[in-house]
Amino acid sequence: MVIGESKPLAEILDMIKDFKKIVVAGCKGCVTVCNVGGEKEVAILASELRIARKAAGNNLDVKEYTCERQCDPEYIEPLDDLVADADAVVSIACSVGPQYVTARYPYLHVFPGINTTSIGGAVEHGVWKEFCQACGSCVIGEYGGLCPIARCAKQLLNGPCGGSSGGICEVGKGSIPCIWHLIYDRMKNLGQLHKMTEVKLYKNWSTSRDGGLRTSIREELKQ
Amino acid sequence: MTTYSAGSNLEKIFKSGKKAVTGECGPPRGADAEHFRHKANFLKGCVDAVNVTDNQTAVVRFCSLAASKILLEMGIEPVMQMVTRDMNRIALQSNILGAAAMGIKNLLCLTGDHQSFGDHPQSKNVHDLDSVQLANTLRMMRDEGKMISGTEVQGRPQMFIGAAANPFADPQEFRVVRMGKKIAAGVQFIQTQCIYNMERFHKFMEMANDMGLTEKAYIMAGITPLKSVGMANYMKKFVPGLDVPDSYITRLKGVPKDKQAAEGIKIAVEQIHECLAMKGIAGIHLMAIEWEERVPEILETAGLLPRPTVS
Repeated sequence: MVIGESKPLAEILDMIKDFKKIVVAGCKGCVTVCNVGGEKEVAILASELRIARKAAGNNLDVKEYTCERQCDPEYIEPLDDLVADADAVVSIACSVGPQYVTARYPYLHVFPGINTTSIGGAVEHGVWKEFCQACGSCVIGEYGGLCPIARCAKQLLNGPCGGSSGGICEVGKGSIPCIWHLIYDRMKNLGQLHKMTEVKLYKNWSTSRDGGLRTSIREELKQ
Repeated sequence: MTTYSAGSNLEKIFKSGKKAVTGECGPPRGADAEHFRHKANFLKGCVDAVNVTDNQTAVVRFCSLAASKILLEMGIEPVMQMVTRDMNRIALQSNILGAAAMGIKNLLCLTGDHQSFGDHPQSKNVHDLDSVQLANTLRMMRDEGKMISGTEVQGRPQMFIGAAANPFADPQEFRVVRMGKKIAAGVQFIQTQCIYNMERFHKFMEMANDMGLTEKAYIMAGITPLKSVGMANYMKKFVPGLDVPDSYITRLKGVPKDKQAAEGIKIAVEQIHECLAMKGIAGIHLMAIEWEERVPEILETAGLLPRPTVS
């Protein structure tokens, strides 16, 4: 899923400093699961903004709504009435959401209330990690089911580098496991260590962001 | 007659069967070429070639291509370092061609330190290729006359291909295998990370010999003399994968502060002798970090001067 983190309140307050009426829009998708943009977080952020602005002697009218999803035009539609007399929307969906809101309301200011950080998942309660960089050409099958593109700081295809120590990556002050150490252990378990002696040649990055904006088309589903 | 792939002095020394010695000279954090020439001058005539670092530890310095050219003008053979952190395959291949065109004959293929350790931690990294793929690229351009795209190279870059190896990183048993991958990709000489844990290095070399890698590439033992107890402690604590045994620290602590540098040099010379006695070691890569002026003395004491000439 898409992982996000709340932006600091001060940053959001600064974005909306010129406005009197806003809508805080959440999403019931990924950001609800990672506790950053669901119904509960919409209510919390709305209250925080009201309180802060009241304390500053500059009241803010905040409406709240949480979309089924913000990455589908039909689920943005319910915002129509709410935004009718609003100055701006603060979306706390992943960064896809505010762009769908932008697309529907050409004359409305739209701001992101969270930072979209990665495609990943929870590894323990309250901790989420990155697992994928959407390179567009999945190679994990060659690496014991683990991704060196997203999970190695240098995106090595022939790792591990000299900065792998005791299973820990030199980047991240001890917080990041060396994915290449994990790949090594995994290949060992699978009896595939011989595959790690092969020189892995060049990756085709044209399917990644490098090739330009990506569009996926399923002809049979197009209307 | 010996055939050479690049005909660099370093390659000739190796192929003559003599032990090679390389040094290292980091370009400055500015455009002061005089400072660089001053440091490099200490190495002239003492080593067979001098490594020129490429923004080492991800700190901006003047580029290795320009610094290598300055060495050439000084009559010093450069080993140009190239990291894949800052350039994509277009720029890397372009720089290989440019370097070869200027007469640079040794290239050390590296991935490079992560930029989070440098002076621009907010920068973007590239990593289009890794060090193994960079070596493969140079081999392909030189021997097959082809770029990664398959495009024909008009004038092949005649360069002797090097890479680094860290015998002290983990997983320990994979380090030699990874060095083997570099050699399979086209690497002809290896310079190791600074060696302090001699026991572990012995094991590394045993594995390298068993796998036949010392027959396929020239392995140079990396030596960095310890200037002081402080430096030894720093290396032990803060440089990942660098294992400085307590015995060296105890030795340095056992002499007065003004004698620590001399003791450090003594240790380095002992290490050089021990490494040169190992089967499969083809030379020494002496990295006297900001201590270039002591290189002649270290090599003299180690009995590695004068340097041989091979025509």
